[in-house]
Amino acid sequence: MINTVNRELEKALEQRTGQKVRDCYQCKKCSAGCPIAFAMDLVPHEVMKMVQYGQERRLMRSSTIWLCASCETCTTRCPNEIDIAAVMDGLRQMALEAGESLGEPEVGMFHKSFLGGIKYTGKTNEPILIGAYKTLSRRLFDDLGLGAVMLARRKIKILPRVVKDRAGMRRIFDRTEGGPK
Amino acid sequence: MSRIDFSYFPGCSQTGSAEEFGLSTEAVCAALGIDLEELPDWSCCGASSAHMTNDLLSIALPGRDLALAKKIGKDLLVVCAACYSRMKVAQNRILSDEALAAEVEAAVGMDPRFTGRIRHLLDVVANDIGMRDIKKWLRADLAGLKAVPYYGCLLVRPPEVCCCDSVENPTDLDRFLKGLGVEVRPWSFKTDCCGGSLSLSRTDIVENLVNRLYVQAEHAGANCIVTACPMCAANLEMRQQPGKFTFTVVHRMPVLYFTELLGLAMGLDAQSWFKSHLISPLPLLKQLDLVN
Ligand code: SF4
Ligand code: SF4
Repeated sequence: MINTVNRELEKALEQRTGQKVRDCYQCKKCSAGCPIAFAMDLVPHEVMKMVQYGQERRLMRSSTIWLCASCETCTTRCPNEIDIAAVMDGLRQMALEAGESLGEPEVGMFHKSFLGGIKYTGKTNEPILIGAYKTLSRRLFDDLGLGAVMLARRKIKILPRVVKDRAGMRRIFDRTEGGPK
Repeated sequence: MSRIDFSYFPGCSQTGSAEEFGLSTEAVCAALGIDLEELPDWSCCGASSAHMTNDLLSIALPGRDLALAKKIGKDLLVVCAACYSRMKVAQNRILSDEALAAEVEAAVGMDPRFTGRIRHLLDVVANDIGMRDIKKWLRADLAGLKAVPYYGCLLVRPPEVCCCDSVENPTDLDRFLKGLGVEVRPWSFKTDCCGGSLSLSRTDIVENLVNRLYVQAEHAGANCIVTACPMCAANLEMRQQPGKFTFTVVHRMPVLYFTELLGLAMGLDAQSWFKSHLISPLPLLKQLDLVN
């Protein structure tokens, strides 16, 4: 019976992102235009249905929430003006906060490496990002040849660029709860 | 024409892996009389990784730069499509949600309520100056170049940040290229996604998307792809090198920033920019007699 459906997840997402997933009427436009749908375990309209049904565990562990590239094609086209990309952001943030095992651990490691670099230098430095990601993901020997070419074409700078206001950067991360766990 | 005056957010890629985008931006602005005052001690906008994992952080990081822009008090020019999008989203959210603005202010220790306009250089050139007036700066005709304009995601979506005339079928970059004498080839993939930040973690997905873009560009009869996004350019160019992690289908079509073509058409010294590309555009440009 519909009134026994668990609506907690939908409400939590609305509070977090302002999006009313209950408005989704399953027209599937989002999934039709999603460039990543071919690689997802749940396509966007299925994610919306599962939010309506409160299928929290399944969503938290899905790869979809990590594979969504935030291209916002779905958001732009939804006839009910649901910002689906924001819903994906919200689900991903909830999964991190709940300490779930991630559906796509390597994507999580990439974001962690990216933000770690900003926390300590204030800027994105490609060698630090790539080094941190390789260490976390243990994909140490991927792309060494590409690295050499990038160095030769000045795509990679040896000296990191660093902001002067490093204390300020750390405060931003402390105040916003240090980014992802 | 009177000078145009902006504060300027260069962005990490433009001072690192997409240096040619940053250098060509600064060179064309100087030549067009667009004054740029760089935000002092600017920091990273947080890109996809911030908004994908931590909402407040994703507003606070660009919020710090918006606070710097507020101190200067001029409109803010951004050239990277991704930074542009993050700055606009953060500005919209800060100005429409006072509780959030206060949280961001506490985190960055400065007032982030920047009310000036955030502009993308493509919009300034194509619409403020206009392609008719740009003609008086042009020294070289780029005939022979056949380009597909590649807007990608972040110049056009979401609609609130869009700096182009349409979300589904933008034409600003098309008009810009035509104005430089470039032949614009029609294709339906101008706003398709390149895979963005999945570049290192799910290279297989990026390969799938990038391969389709190249195949369609070739099918459209193009000899180059033109973009305003360093992330798109990196995803398009990066895996075209021979080697262990090359894409299974290798394409050698050059990918150029719109600023590089503008600089070339204006007769600026563009050679050093082209040398930084992973897929060198020099053979094509030499063949067309556009560089020596
Ligand atoms: S486009 Fe909107 S209404 Fe249609 S299925 Fe997707 S979320 Fe639901
Ligand atoms: S934002 Fe995510 S879910 Fe929406 S179309 Fe893009 S990749 Fe698919």
